[in-house]
Amino acid sequence: MNKLKIILSGIVKNNPTFVLVLGMCPTLGTTTSAANGMGMGLATTAVLIMSNLVISLIKNLIPDKVRIPAFIVVIASFVTIIQMLMEAFVPTLYASLGVFIPLIVVNCIILGRAEAFASKNSPFDSMLDGVGIGIGFTLSLTVIGAVREILGSGAIFGMNLGISNYMPLVFILAPGGFLTLGYLMVLFNKLVKK
Amino acid sequence: MEISYFAIIIGAIFVNNVVLAQFLGICPFLGVSSKVETSLGMGAAVTFVMALTAVVAWPIQTYILVPLGIEYMQTIVFILVIAALVQMVEIILKKVSPSLYQALGIFLPLITTNCAVLGVAILMIQKEFTLLQSVVYSVSTALGFALALVLFAGIRERLDFEEVPAAFRGVPIALITASILALAFLGFSGLV
Repeated sequence: MNKLKIILSGIVKNNPTFVLVLGMCPTLGTTTSAANGMGMGLATTAVLIMSNLVISLIKNLIPDKVRIPAFIVVIASFVTIIQMLMEAFVPTLYASLGVFIPLIVVNCIILGRAEAFASKNSPFDSMLDGVGIGIGFTLSLTVIGAVREILGSGAIFGMNLGISNYMPLVFILAPGGFLTLGYLMVLFNKLVKK
Repeated sequence: MEISYFAIIIGAIFVNNVVLAQFLGICPFLGVSSKVETSLGMGAAVTFVMALTAVVAWPIQTYILVPLGIEYMQTIVFILVIAALVQMVEIILKKVSPSLYQALGIFLPLITTNCAVLGVAILMIQKEFTLLQSVVYSVSTALGFALALVLFAGIRERLDFEEVPAAFRGVPIALITASILALAFLGFSGLV
């Protein structure tokens, strides 16, 4: 398979947020600002690439019956590593993402890619798939975060645009999360799927 | 910390509703909420597993992970506990009550990857609850989940008869509906 195509398909054709509709909890829960969304996306990408690589390497050693628990242990180990790294190096981001960092374990995107791609393809291709899906996820989360940040607090990446007094706070709260994602999905459907 | 049980219950069901305010368990919320009946089944299964998780995970954290100083193993241990519990519940139900197994059966494997279950286990440790408080918190969170699911299913059953523009069909309209429901639940904020 064409290497570039593997990466590109994760960004548009198999976009995890807008097409596959996977990993909705972190998508809604962490996109209160563009920076938070991006941080969550990058953390997930790191776990996705590493777990795809390792699962692809050990796929022939795991008996078919216990593969799901085995995958989960691999994923949980990488999540724990990322969790400790983030706590040490980006403590403010770690604090604002909160419970959603350990919850990367149960993000269906990661287990889904392990099952659908890494357990069938070569280690290098699996890594590329992780990169593509990861970029797609990070981009979606950053866009959702940016829209919510602009509409909710009149800022972008923490930069105040000077319109914060006129913006409805509700976009930072839970209803705004559902609403923004809903309308962005409509937009994506219009533009990409036709 | 001294918190009354009443505050925990109201807080977990209405004010900080697990789906509509904390964004946990969105996948089953969008996936299995097309009929009121199935969402009731899912709600019951989640309540059962969450209560069990609290009973098992709390002692593990307090008597094994903390004394050994390996709290960083929490994520791995908890997800394995939940996966094992779900498997066990499935086996026992199949043996003891085949009719209940028939009703809940298809939902059980889904619960392992329901982030609400793992989320609640981690949150109850973070909030430094006692064992009894943890169980009360877990059960009320699960009831909040069931409430959101059933309300949402009721709306979606009616939505099926409406003319929805093509680009809105499916998940987008469901998300916009959820937004309005979340707006309603926002009215509970500040209650506790």
